Amino acid sequence: MSEHITQDTEGEHDNAYAGLLGNDAHWAFGTDFEDPLAGVDTTIPDGIDATELAQYCLMLGDDALIYAQRLSEWTSRAPDLEEDIAIANIALDLVGQARLLLARAAAADPSLVPTLPEGSPVPDEDRLAYFRDAGDFRNVRLAEVPNGDFAELVARLLVMSTWRLAILQRLVGHADAVVAAIAAKGVKELAYHRDFAGRWFVTLARGTEESYRRLTDAMRAVWPLIPELTASTEIEVRVGADPAVLADEIGVVLDQVLAVAGMTAPDAPALAGVRGRTGRQGMHSESFSMLLAELQVVARAHPMGRW
Amino acid sequence: MTTETVNPTALEHAWRVASEVTDPELPMLTLADLGVLRDLRQNDDGTVVVAITPTYSGCPAMATMRDDLVHRLTDAGFESVRVRVQLSPPWTTDSITENGRKALSDNGISPPGEAPRGPIALQLMPTRRAIQCPQCGSGDTEVTSEFGSTACKALYRCRSCREPFDHIKEH
Repeated sequence: MSEHITQDTEGEHDNAYAGLLGNDAHWAFGTDFEDPLAGVDTTIPDGIDATELAQYCLMLGDDALIYAQRLSEWTSRAPDLEEDIAIANIALDLVGQARLLLARAAAADPSLVPTLPEGSPVPDEDRLAYFRDAGDFRNVRLAEVPNGDFAELVARLLVMSTWRLAILQRLVGHADAVVAAIAAKGVKELAYHRDFAGRWFVTLARGTEESYRRLTDAMRAVWPLIPELTASTEIEVRVGADPAVLADEIGVVLDQVLAVAGMTAPDAPALAGVRGRTGRQGMHSESFSMLLAELQVVARAHPMGRW
Repeated sequence: MTTETVNPTALEHAWRVASEVTDPELPMLTLADLGVLRDLRQNDDGTVVVAITPTYSGCPAMATMRDDLVHRLTDAGFESVRVRVQLSPPWTTDSITENGRKALSDNGISPPGEAPRGPIALQLMPTRRAIQCPQCGSGDTEVTSEFGSTACKALYRCRSCREPFDHIKEH
């Protein structure tokens, strides 16, 4: 166990955790967070630039990590228990994708990984998640904007999962076998997320006047962030799936849901960047620093911690 | 390092031990029946290398599976054991064996139907599954949530005996 995480050994019999800590194998899952790519061949294929591949994995990993953090904020706050569990499950899938992608980024370009004190047991993907500053994150801003109501959750999840599913479907054939394998797993998960969001979207649209009104408001908040999703960067074009090429495909799916729901897309201008820079260039919204603080504070307080 | 078999009998023994390790979330299922135990080899130096694949990307049971495999094989006399992750091809519920499906059913969990294949179509209607209640056998069942207590399950209830039950999602 970490030197920082200690327990009071006196009065051990009164401590409900004493028995649990005695046997690592039966303590809650994940005491020993080993390399999630243990034994996976991480050789960079010919024709791919390792630095660019790492940057690309950071983008996709950060999208998943940061959006999962927002989704996790819903835990215990959803309209009912089933939806609460659903949202937590979706967040868990995304954390899993993030972990694999950040580990892949670190293996491809170790220079990206923040340095911690000598002897720190914190694994590379955790260093990337917990020890980078806001400007080093490459996620799109739609992943990070603060949560609204349940309608906002549904509208955003529909857009995020439709977009990410389109990207990962292309990456199943990626030259890098690790990225291809992560994508193949992710596709099945995202298809399920998209269906969940699509059904709720239709339910809210055809529900009551109030649910319709809230969904309309939610779309006004989410739709201005869609253009950023399909504005490609050079890295995406060179080593990934160019999201600009996927814009039509994503639009077709969203239109299909809107048609069934009887909604029309709001006529809202794209949310501008700052001097042309948006999430992919490390330019984030004001709320992002608060999100990161909550995500990172415990890990940063214990750089030698083992979890 | 090569992956030549050093001793076929030892390898068979190791496979038997590894295939009896059970899933931490679904203890009625062995890792072999769940389809996550992919490969077992012995290197020249005697190290047993076991390959497992995650069910879902965020499956939190992977570390426990790994620890359990190492402990059981070490207890069985294999001094050096290594567990590696195999991501490809991705796990599918179609890898759950007939034995595994029966064990799930016998323990009140509805086993998955055939996993979806081919192009991914948007599904705006609830997933229709012909599911029998694992408690009373009635086909009069309804989904209460597409997501359940773990990543791999959906929640159902039986309209006949009124009992809730888990269904392993087709994946």
